[in-house]
Amino acid sequence: MMMSEESMNLDVRPPSNPVEDLLRMERMPHIWCPGCGIGTTVNCFARALETSGLDLKKTAIVSGIGCAGRVAGYMKLDSFHTTHGRAIPFATGLKLANPGLKVIVYSGDGDLVAIGGNHFIHAARRNVDMTVILLNNHIYGMTGGQVAPTTPVGATASTAPHGNFEESFNLPYLAESCGAVYVARWTAYHVRHATKSIKEALLKKGFSFVEILAPCPTLYSRRNKLGDGLAQMKYYAAQSEIRNEADTKTVGLAFQGKIIVGKFVDREKPTYLDAMNAFYARKFGEGYEPY
Amino acid sequence: MEEKAQATKKALGSVVINEERCKGCGFCIEFCPVRCLEFSGQYNAKGYHPPVLTDPEKCTGCNMCGLLCPDFAIYGFMFKKNQNRR
Amino acid sequence: MTVKADPKGVLSGAHFIDGDHACAEGAIAAGCRFVAGYPITPSTEVVERIAERFPLIGGMFIQMEDEIASSIAIQGAVWAGKKAMTVTSGPGFSLMMEHIGLAAMTETPCVFVDVQRAGPSTGLPTLPAQGDMMQARWGSHGDYEIIALCPNSPQESFDLTIKAFNLSEEYRVPVMLMLDECVGHMTERVIIPPAGEIEIRPRRYWKGSPEDYLPYRADKDGVPPLVKAGDGYGIHITGLTHDERGYPVMTADAQEELVHRLVNKIRENAGSIVEFKEDRVDGAQVVVVTYGITSRVAIPAIEQARREGIRVGHFRMITAWPFPEKRIRELSAAAGAFVVPEINYGQMVHEVEGAVAGKTRVVHVPHGGGSVHDPKDIHAAIVNSLKG
Repeated sequence: MMMSEESMNLDVRPPSNPVEDLLRMERMPHIWCPGCGIGTTVNCFARALETSGLDLKKTAIVSGIGCAGRVAGYMKLDSFHTTHGRAIPFATGLKLANPGLKVIVYSGDGDLVAIGGNHFIHAARRNVDMTVILLNNHIYGMTGGQVAPTTPVGATASTAPHGNFEESFNLPYLAESCGAVYVARWTAYHVRHATKSIKEALLKKGFSFVEILAPCPTLYSRRNKLGDGLAQMKYYAAQSEIRNEADTKTVGLAFQGKIIVGKFVDREKPTYLDAMNAFYARKFGEGYEPY
Repeated sequence: MEEKAQATKKALGSVVINEERCKGCGFCIEFCPVRCLEFSGQYNAKGYHPPVLTDPEKCTGCNMCGLLCPDFAIYGFMFKKNQNRR
Repeated sequence: MTVKADPKGVLSGAHFIDGDHACAEGAIAAGCRFVAGYPITPSTEVVERIAERFPLIGGMFIQMEDEIASSIAIQGAVWAGKKAMTVTSGPGFSLMMEHIGLAAMTETPCVFVDVQRAGPSTGLPTLPAQGDMMQARWGSHGDYEIIALCPNSPQESFDLTIKAFNLSEEYRVPVMLMLDECVGHMTERVIIPPAGEIEIRPRRYWKGSPEDYLPYRADKDGVPPLVKAGDGYGIHITGLTHDERGYPVMTADAQEELVHRLVNKIRENAGSIVEFKEDRVDGAQVVVVTYGITSRVAIPAIEQARREGIRVGHFRMITAWPFPEKRIRELSAAAGAFVVPEINYGQMVHEVEGAVAGKTRVVHVPHGGGSVHDPKDIHAAIVNSLKG
């Protein structure tokens, strides 16, 4: 390490990279491609965890299968890499069996709202206390670039080689309509906003949902001739508009179109366990011991 | 692996670059608010050009690069006031 | 190494209940305090009783949105520290297969109850069969071993549910409890003992120092001690092939090491796991091999044949998996024939055939499902097995 003699009143010694305290560094380098945005979101997540005040020993992360599903394996937390689409019901069991745990689900778009769609809507409906971070790269990356319910109309993918004509999900609208109490969307470019949102979501009681758009340069971008990861990040920077409290009906995404980002929903509702305890207390009176 | 940090009277902070981890995505260079990073002319072992701090006196230690880096190959830090002053 | 059951929730005394209800009580007595399930005939009564009983004994029941969710929610609950069970029948069992494999791979102790009905597909939802026996063993992809128990009465539904939990904790393996619609819906006397007389196998938690802990480093019997989420160990649990640290390792060597241990921890301990009941098998001319409700249906046939002078032995499997091949092989040395009645078109009979390896005649008495055998058919098979 080189230091200049001119550092008189300043301590110029670098601290270690704070993100490394939360990562299983013995497993580096990770598997993600050059220009993939997942690693970027991991920085935001780690920073949010660090500053949240949560007891990290009581914090568990659950993921499904896919590139985003690999995040759990790199985090130095109790981490569960479960089956495709089923992180949310696993997380439901974890949380309801030990409400003292903070449970986070971190997974991809295909995993959480295609195969996992049923579980997503029911956990939101029940307002189970968990934070779901959905990494949306509009594609199934790990398996080679297949179409996803979040692939915009007109984009191509390996299983929609002539172009996708299926309408894609408006995820914030889906989450809000199912009952999520916190709904936000950012992109991997919005590192500071995403960090703040994740922290709010972590500390929010109930089903909190953060969608983060991120580049998949190897598959989504390459197939659609969008350039590399940096080109996609520049697109996010240029085309994003922050509209907090936007009506989620209006935040659907078009192929390389305008991106509405922001914190859309932040409301109060009893969590699953709060509702259960209140209900049984009313029904059974003093005979009921709160769960 | 090389870690470098430079201090000048004007800089508020600096960066630490792990050149061998870098995969040359360019996020840090493009989005540094003061544009004090550039691609190095050198290659790392994987064949990528890591960043290099070309304008150290501009660095504020804001850690935008650190938050953006998908490979945990760079981070910024602010200089602290020294504790012992006589 | 066992402890006594927690008296809270144990309904000691005599009851007149069906197999489904007895199973629910068995789970409660075993210390199960998390159940995730989905309604499916003829198993629904199990979760209905759990739903009624749990709120006042500190249990958590949740009816999940489907069987896929149920079968993994219980695994989350196990990692949070609870004993957990799910309940289903054929179509739901099929949906659960991926997660049975996950439980086997991650060595998550939990119980899957299958109250069998006639299949395939929707089949006969309200009528009995024994058509899921092979599926219980082989239903998920890849190589793994499970334990499967077959009660033949509501009393056994109670007793074997406790045994299922105990075995799952001993071997860190998913255990299948294979009822059928008859056993599930028949109402009989069930004695629930005082809690102090019920032996419970507690979870095999790690007792050493945290620095020494490796999630998948096995004890001498092939079973690794576990910890739970929130204990500060920062474990990583994955369905990918993994090493002792729990980290994914994508090599054939890692596969060899892991899969062999998963399979051998059951195979090499089969002697302690396998359970059966025998009646007059020594010196028998014919041994009737049964499990579940068919074991009761076979009795009049066996007794009739005995009255006619045939030396008939009755071998009843309590554990269908691991299959009691050692004992069947021993019996095949002297027996002239095995008769295997089951309410399916041929499942456990193949295991009997495999064990005897052509040395002894094996006569199958199949039944498509929808009712139990007519004992006359079993009797005819016993008589004919000695001819020609």
